[in-house]
Order: sequence, then C-alpha cells, then structure tokens
Amino acid sequence: MGWITVTIVIPLVAALVLAFASELEDAGIRAIGLIGSVGALLASVVLAVQFDVADPNLQLAETFTWIPAVDANVSLAVDGVSLVLILLTTLLTPLILVASWSSITDRLRGYVAAFLALEAAVIGVFAATDLLLFYVFFEFTLVPMYLIIGIWGGAGRRYAAVKFFLYTLLGGLLMLVAILYLFSQAGTFSYEAIVALDLDPSVQRWLFGAFVVAFAVKVPLFPVHTWLPDAHTEAPTGGSVFLAGVLLKMGTFGLLRYALPIFPDATVTFAPWLLAVSVVGILYGAIVALMQSDIKKLIAYSSVSHMGFVVLGTFALNTTATAASVVQMVNHGLSTGALFLLIGFLYERRHTRRIADFGGLAKQVPVMAGLWLLVSLSSLALPGLNGFVGEFPILLGTFQVNRTAAVLAAFGAVLAALYLLWAYQRMFHGPLEGEANTSTTDLNRREIGVLAPLLVLIVAIGLYPKPLFDVVEPSVERVLVEVGVQELDVEPAAAVTREEG
Amino acid sequence: MILLAAEATGVANEVVEATSGVISLAWLIPLLPLLGFVAVLATTRTLGDGAARIALGASLATLLLSAAVSVGVIADAATYVRPMPTWIDVGGLTVTFDLLIDQLTAVMLLVVTGVGFLVHVYSVGYMHGDPRYSRFFAYLNLFLASMLILVLAQNLLVLFLGWELVGLSSYLLIGFWFEDRANATAAKKAFITNRVGDVAFMVAMFLAFAAVGTLDILGLVDNAGALSSGTAFALVVLFLGGAAAKSAQIPLYVWLPDAMAGPTPVSALIHAATMVTAGVYLLVRLSPVLVQSLSGMEVVAYIGVATALLAAIIAVRQDDIKKVLAYSTVSQLGFMVLAVGVGAFREGIFHLVTHAFFKGLLFLAAGSVMHGMANRTDIWQMGGLRKAMPVTFWTALVGWLAISGVPPFAGFFSKDQILTEAYFHGYGVVWALGLLAAILTAFYMSRWFFLVFLGAPRYQSDLHPHESPRSMTVPLIVLAVLSAVGGLLLNPVHSGPLYRFLEPTVGPIDQLGYEPVGPLEEPVLIPLAIVAAALGIVVAYLLYLRRPVQGARTSEPLTGPLAELAERRFFVDEAYEAAFVTAGGGLSRALVWFDTRVIDGLVNGVGTGSVLLGRAARGAQSGYVRRYVGVMVLGALVLLAVLIVQVV
Amino acid sequence: MAIGYYLAVSALLFSIGLVGVLLRRNAIVLFMCIELMLNSVNLTLASAARMWGGPDGQVFVFFVIVVAAAEVVVGLALIVNLYFRRGTLDVDVPQLLRW
Repeated sequence: MGWITVTIVIPLVAALVLAFASELEDAGIRAIGLIGSVGALLASVVLAVQFDVADPNLQLAETFTWIPAVDANVSLAVDGVSLVLILLTTLLTPLILVASWSSITDRLRGYVAAFLALEAAVIGVFAATDLLLFYVFFEFTLVPMYLIIGIWGGAGRRYAAVKFFLYTLLGGLLMLVAILYLFSQAGTFSYEAIVALDLDPSVQRWLFGAFVVAFAVKVPLFPVHTWLPDAHTEAPTGGSVFLAGVLLKMGTFGLLRYALPIFPDATVTFAPWLLAVSVVGILYGAIVALMQSDIKKLIAYSSVSHMGFVVLGTFALNTTATAASVVQMVNHGLSTGALFLLIGFLYERRHTRRIADFGGLAKQVPVMAGLWLLVSLSSLALPGLNGFVGEFPILLGTFQVNRTAAVLAAFGAVLAALYLLWAYQRMFHGPLEGEANTSTTDLNRREIGVLAPLLVLIVAIGLYPKPLFDVVEPSVERVLVEVGVQELDVEPAAAVTREEG
Repeated sequence: MILLAAEATGVANEVVEATSGVISLAWLIPLLPLLGFVAVLATTRTLGDGAARIALGASLATLLLSAAVSVGVIADAATYVRPMPTWIDVGGLTVTFDLLIDQLTAVMLLVVTGVGFLVHVYSVGYMHGDPRYSRFFAYLNLFLASMLILVLAQNLLVLFLGWELVGLSSYLLIGFWFEDRANATAAKKAFITNRVGDVAFMVAMFLAFAAVGTLDILGLVDNAGALSSGTAFALVVLFLGGAAAKSAQIPLYVWLPDAMAGPTPVSALIHAATMVTAGVYLLVRLSPVLVQSLSGMEVVAYIGVATALLAAIIAVRQDDIKKVLAYSTVSQLGFMVLAVGVGAFREGIFHLVTHAFFKGLLFLAAGSVMHGMANRTDIWQMGGLRKAMPVTFWTALVGWLAISGVPPFAGFFSKDQILTEAYFHGYGVVWALGLLAAILTAFYMSRWFFLVFLGAPRYQSDLHPHESPRSMTVPLIVLAVLSAVGGLLLNPVHSGPLYRFLEPTVGPIDQLGYEPVGPLEEPVLIPLAIVAAALGIVVAYLLYLRRPVQGARTSEPLTGPLAELAERRFFVDEAYEAAFVTAGGGLSRALVWFDTRVIDGLVNGVGTGSVLLGRAARGAQSGYVRRYVGVMVLGALVLLAVLIVQVV
Repeated sequence: MAIGYYLAVSALLFSIGLVGVLLRRNAIVLFMCIELMLNSVNLTLASAARMWGGPDGQVFVFFVIVVAAAEVVVGLALIVNLYFRRGTLDVDVPQLLRW
C-alpha cells in the first residue's frame, strides 16, 4: 500500500470509527478527528517528500483491481498539480476541525466524521487515474458536503443544501455520459488509455462540452455560479472554508487534468470562448460583490471572480499562465479559507453576518483587524503576498494570447480592492459604537493558531513562490504538450512512472 | 551632498555586478526598516511607546547605509547590479530581486532616507501622546522599506512590488486615525485610485514583456531601440497612466488632497517628498524607452503642464493650511512630469530633490503650526504667528521663498531650468503655461504664508500658539538649510554637477531633433522667471497683507466665477462621484438584481417547474386501494382490447 | 367434454371476485374476493392441463396455492394489525399510500 492510499485511508478509517463509536465523548471525538486529519497531513507530507519534482509525469502510482469486467481499477497517482492540491486539502482539514471546536456543539460526531469522509473523497478526486473512480469520488464529495450544509448550516440551509446538491449533480451526470462514451471507445476507464485516444474533433466538442459543464458548475463559472453564494452563506464556517478552499478546486483541477488533455482539439477551438466567459465572470463576480450586505455572500462572489482568474489562466494555454493558475488555486484556497475562518470567528462572537452591524472594530479587536486586512490584501493581489504571484503571471501569460481578455481581467484587480477595502472600512474603521461592537473580544490563542499556518503561507508564497512553481510547472507543461500547444524539451519517458520499491 | 559634485565619467555606465564592498550590502537598505516594521509591531505590546525607538534606529541605520552606498557610486561611477534570489520563475517569466544601483538610485536613496529620517525624528514630537504611537512608527518604517524597494529594483515587477507597498503604507497612514470616517474614506480613495493607475502599469508590463521578453529594467532599456513606434507610444502612455496615479496627475490626482487626512508628518514624507515622486522616478528610470516615442512624450508634457496649472488655480482659493500645500504638491509634480515630457529628465529629478526639501519643510512647518494651534487648519483664523513660533516662521519663510522661485533658493533653480528647457525643446505652449503656473505658485504660497504668519493675529483669543519641541524644530532647520542652499550646491546652472552626475542614467535626447521656440536665450529667460515670482508675491502682498484682512474667509478679495470654480475644485470630485460611485453603484445593483432574479430565477424556475409537474401527477396517488385496483383493471382491459384487436 | 363450460365457470368466478374487490370496503371480504379470483385462475389452469393432457397446468396450480397460502398469512397478519391500530376494517379509511 503506497502513501497515496495511506493518505486516503487514514481519514476514511477515522470517519468509520466515528460512525460506529456512538458512545464517544466530545473530547474523544475531537481527538479522533485530529488524529485522522493530522495523520493524513503527515502522510501527504511523506508523499511530497517522495515526489520527484523534476518528473512531469504521474508518479507513485498504485493500482488495485476494482471491477475487472469493465477494466475499472482503483488506480492512484499524483503529479505536481494533484500533489499541491492534496497538500492544501490535508492542511485545511485539521485547521477546520480545530476552528470548529467551539462553534459546533450539536452532533459533533457526525460533523467530524463528515469532514474526514469529505477529505478522503477529495484526495481521491485529486489522485484518481481511472475515470470511473474519479467520477465516484467526484460525486461522493457531494454527500458529506450536503450533510454539512444541511445539518449544521444557517437558517436557509435546506434550500442551500438542495441547490448545491442538485446543481452539481446535474453537471456531473453529463460528465458521466461522456465518460461512458469514452469507455466505449477505449474499452477501459484508465486515464492514460483515454488520453491516448484519438477522437474525432466533432465528437470531442460534445464530450468536451459535457466535461466543461460539469467542472464549470463546480468552479463555479459564470453563469452557473448561483449555488455558491447560497451554499457559502448557509454553510457552517468549516463548510465554507472547505468549499472555497478545496471543493471549488476540483472543477479547475478537472479542467486541467481531464478536459484539456483528453480533448485537445476541442480545447483549442473553445479556448477563446472560455477566456471570454472567464473575463465576464471575473468582472461580474466583482461587481456583484460590491453591493452585498452579507459579508459571506460578498466573499462568495469574490470567489466567483477569483476562480475566473484560474480558468482564464488555464485556457490561456501557455506555461506561464496555466502554471500560475494552479498556483492561484492554492492561493485562493489559502486566502479565502483564511477569510472564511475570520468571518466564522467573528460570527461566533456576534451571530450576524451583516456588514452594517459592525463598525469601528479595529480599535476594539486590533489583532483580528490586522489579520483581516492582511488576508484581504492577499485576496486583492497585493504584491508581496500570495495572490499576486498567481494573478500577475496569469494576466501576463493571457496577454500574450489575448490582449483584450488580459486587460479587461486586470480591472478585476481594481474591483477586488474596492469591495474588499470597502467592506473592511465599514466593519473595522469609523467610530466604535454600540454595545455589541464594544463588547466584541479579540481572537484567542487557539484561533490565532488556526490562522497562523495560513498566514505564514500567504506571506511565504508571496515572497518566495519558486518551490510551488517548480512543483507545478513540469506537470502543467506535460498537459500543454498533450494539448499540443507547447513544445517540451524533455521527452516524457513513460506515461506513468511506477513507484520504486 | 557636496560629494555629488564629483566628476562623472563618460555618458554610458559600465554594468558591474556588485558582489563585494559596501554596494553589495545594498540589500540591507530596504531590509532594515522592514525588520524595524516587524520588530515594532511585535514588541509594541511589551515595550509600549519605547518600541518606536527601534523604528527610529532602523531609519537612521538605513540612512547611513544609503549614504555609504551612494558614496560608493559617486566614487566609482557605474551601474551596479547586486544579484539577489529569484522571486518568480514560471514559463518565460523570470523575476529576481536583483538591485540596481546607479547615480539615479543614489540620488533617490539619499532623498528618501534623508527626508525619511527627519520625518521620523519630527514624529517623535508630533505624535507624542497618541495611543497608537509606536504603531505609527512601524508604518513609517514599512513605508521607508517599500519606497527603498521601489528605488532599488532592477526589475519592473519588483519596482511594482515597492510601488504597491508604498500604496499600502500610504493607505495605513492616511487612515491612521480611522475612528473618523472621513479619514478611512480618504485612505480607501487613495488606494483605489492608485489601483486604477496600477492597471495601466500592469498592462504596460504585459506589453513590455510581449515586446522584449523580460521585465528587467536594464533589459528593457537596452532593447528600447528595437521597439516599434506604436509599442513605444503605448508603453509611454501606459507608464504615464501608472505614474499619473502615484504622482497625482490629471485625471487621477483627486486622491492626494484627500490624503491630507493623515497625520502631517505623513503628508510631508509620503504625500510631498517621496512616494508621490515615484511616478516621476519611474518615467525618468524608463527615459530610454520614452525617447523612442516623441508623441508619447508630448502627451506626458501636456498632462504635466495641465496638472501644474489646474492644481495651481485650485490652490489659490483653498483655505485649509494643508490643502493649499496639497494642491501645490500636485502642481509641482505637474512640473516634474512636464520636465520629463519635454525631455528634461535630469531637471525633473533636480526639481524632485529640491521639492522634497522645500515641500517637506513646508508640510512640517504646517504641522508645527497645527501642533501649536490645537490642530486648527483654517488659514483665515491664523495670522501673526511670527512672534509665537519664531523657528517655524523663519524656516517656513525659507520654504516659501524656495517654492516661489526666488533666487538663490532651491526651487528657483530647478523650476527655472525646467521652463527654459521646455523653451529650448520647442514646447512654447508648455513653457508659457508653465510660467503662468509659476506666477500662480508664487501667488498662492505668498497668500498662504502671509495669512498664516504675518499680519495681525486672527485666531481665537483662548488659543495660545507656542513653538514646537526641539524634535520638531531641528528637522525644520535642517530642511530649511537644504532648501536654501540645495539648489545652489547641486545644480546652479544648466549642466551643473547634478546634471552631469545623472547623465549616464537617462535616455539620450539628441536624436529627437528639438528646436527652440524662439530666439530668447537664458539671460532673458532667467530674469523672466524671477519677474514671474516677484509678480506673484507682489500681488499677494497687495491683496492679503497691505489690505487689512478680517478673521473670516468672507474677506477673500478674489471673487468671481473662476475663483468660485477654483474653490469648488472645478467640481472634479463631484463629477467622479457621479460617474463612478453613482453609476458604478447602479450597475452593481442592476447586476445583483440580474443575478438573483434572472439567473437564479431560471434556476429556481427549473425547480418550481419540477414541483408543479409532480403536483399535477400526484393526484393519481389517492391512497384508496380500490381506486388503484380499478385503474389496474382498466389497464388490463385496455391491454386485452389491444390483444384482441391485434389477433383479429 | 368441451372445455368451454369450465372456462365459463372460471370466468364467472373471476368476475364475481373482481367486482367484489372493486366494490366492497371490508378488508376481509376484499381478501376473500382475491382468493376467489385466484381460484378461478386455478380452475382455468387445471382444465387447460386436462385438455392438453400435460402436467404443466397442474404444476402451476400448486404454485398458486402455495403463494396464495403465503399471501393469506401475510395479508391476514396485516389486516389484524390494521384493525388493532385503526379499529376498523374499512380499506378506504387508512390512506397511508397517499402522497
């Protein structure tokens, strides 16, 4: 059993233990949750250590027979892109669990178990190299997330949960049809075999469309984004963090891992359209974010805008932009994750998300204000923080392909500054008035501890993103070679390098 | 500074890698204040106000190091590149933190750290007793670090890093007293306006990268000759767009007057002496690119002169002790940009330096006045402060004479050289309008000076103006000395020491084919400038000093529509408000409606549709067993009938 | 002997059962009517087996009898339960299958 499997199995086992241990005290539940999630984190770190940065191919592959009749296997492998996303997942999960210690009191066992199951499924999504397995993991993530929103969410949680579930399920079904067609052509669900298929361009268009719809809903791309504001708003803090931090990345990851290399002709044909949609999404999300009165909704729309940058970079189809868009996935996970954590901490104290209910808090809670500003600045892509090192190369790379798109998207940066700083100003600046504001307490040690790893990464990636780019770039180049738009100086040796030993 | 007189060698610098010696330590220059920023924030809880000493120490250390590095550059004229680690390396884009140290850098380093240190010292007295005292010093250190990154960058993206970080420090410092909504709004306005300029800057970088394949400044400058004329023009205009925001030029100057909401030392350091000149620095740094497009430079020149004139007109009718200086800063920045546009790059930098002296001085003097007057800012309620605040008065006098262009003070030389250069380079309109702006400058600064310091006291009798503490007066004196003799020492004539010193760092203008406007020569042009200054001062004397002034702005002698327009700042803020805030808000609200009604309406419509379909179908599910059986029998009969028909 | 008479009797029995199912509301009577219908079918099968001279039909009859017996067990248990819970044998009262 290789380390990828270990990384998936640890949280899964922890989730199962929780599911059957009905007599457990809260402390025990938290302990098991931590053991499971930190265990996964450690396993993923081992995975990262074993990973060969220079090799662009899928590595550390593991295969277990699953359904021999249709040649579907549990085959797992990672490349640079999946590795960084797995690390992001395993980092965020323990933080979410610790952050929820004080806010979740009802049915804690189920909550922790749901998160662990979700973590396992998401890692599976990022590591699967079998399309059927990928699909199963992809859809399975819906179940725990549905429960998290529907049980521990806010007042409108039922509507939000159902909307989230149906929206994404519908997209997924189209993809299932496309996957079945691919199976009929390849006779297997194996990723390498399907990428190697030489599909007719006209067929590619339809299948590409099906994949893109499934992933676009997940990203979410304008105009199929409306589930996100509701889901974000109603989800509990941990749910919002996981949703923004990891689940949305499944969409952009799927585009890069599946839609591009399997349908190279269609990718090139439709790239300008997707650039256009991304730009519209960037500006649209930002403009709509401006007028939100609910801080969670504001950040949700900002996610629409920011994820637009990721898709923009992906379909610019050059190494600079596409590699940066992977980095931007990580950045968005860190920044928006941290923002939702902060919102959650504030919500615990105040039980309101209305921006108008706050004011002048910088005087009362200086630490929270300072960290909030730092994270906002990261989100609005201030150079020196992580958002910029993703956003700038995306725009630079896009400019080489499509000048109009890059210039228009650059205005998204202005709008981001506008809505984030305006919200900051309304909540933290101005006179400190009102009983509720003057009695708000500052962050405690546990909360600062939860934020600390994210803040360190926000600054570290901002100043020295090179390691991240080094991991991501070869894999992105491999994908672009598959699409046929990028010459690679090194010949990819074998499709998959087997794990040594 | 006297050392600047050292002989410059040749026109072009040799590029040298600085791996040893004091210049190789240049990376410490921005790092020291950056560490100071972190250290002050980290210790402010334990050390309290004492943490500010760290910041003070860091600013002094970086000043000394900058001086040492500058001496190195002066001694051994060359373009030094200090190799530093890579920042971003992806695809074809490689950005390193390499430092670029040449003569231009040396000048900027000295100005930034010099004025920076003085303002740190001044703030010890000015901010005394503020509840967030040490935090203020932390932000000052952050600003210093950012500005030094900007000045030292060898790569446009690293320059942009500093560019944005100075914007951030400016945001933090303008909004330092954020309890007041107006301050917070001003801070946000500054940041957002600068972001608009940043888009232009970023697009300029995209275009430069597309054209030359690198963002290194040296790489861009070396390949500037290969740019097509269209690209060169676009680059110049786009960089101007970036500079227009940072250096408060039309149409993006509106944030600077509002930025006066910050503490006065901030106005002096950031919004007069250093940060706002970053745009000018950028343009001069890229002057080898600028000279590729004469038409682009014309745009720069006209934007500059228009800004200089517009801001000068507005300044004439401002009544706030800092607002006058703010518009004056916009106007003076216009002069610098104008200089760049007419190809007088070095004169522009010269004016940047002298302006840092005298405008820093004037702001600090204004701060000293406010300090002694319980933070009153209305110049109509001052007057006669000469007696109460002698040091402030005498130093402000020097600043006033310097900015008005009275020889031999610093501003005279730099402003005059810009205007004569405009004349010699064939920009008649720019020259004439610049001269008009110079008259206005002398006029409004005299009005400011007379109303504040001279005449009879008009302030409320319960105010007891007093001189500021020594930590505030010493920086004033230092800056006053610099404002008095700086021009004379640095560049008393065209092609003076500073001019020759900077020669290797700016783009060549020989091939641009400039022709003088007319036959006038310097012996005529220089007296003309002196007459202009005298004219402004005399008119102001007649209106505001000789004529008795009442203690209210109703005694403002300048009236009429133009004066009204000037007082209302030509309604530019209102127009922007209407265009962006109202219209933008409307668009945003419209899209919110679209999102929740149309898009989500469709989504919910699909849901509602399914429910309705289900509701129609569920009537069959009556729950009556016998009805089910009945339907079953009917079905069976139908099937039977079908069978029979088929068989028959 | 013609098979027609047997079929006629069985059709008659079936119809009586069917009408009973459709019209009666008492669960027990309903049940009896269903039994009647089943037995009419049994009669048909048995007579058809006689006509063809093969065992198939009779085998089927045994199956039906076994299934019917099982059905009676389950059905009567349900009816008794229903009666205890609802206090009535009227099948129209408990609309548990309603949406």
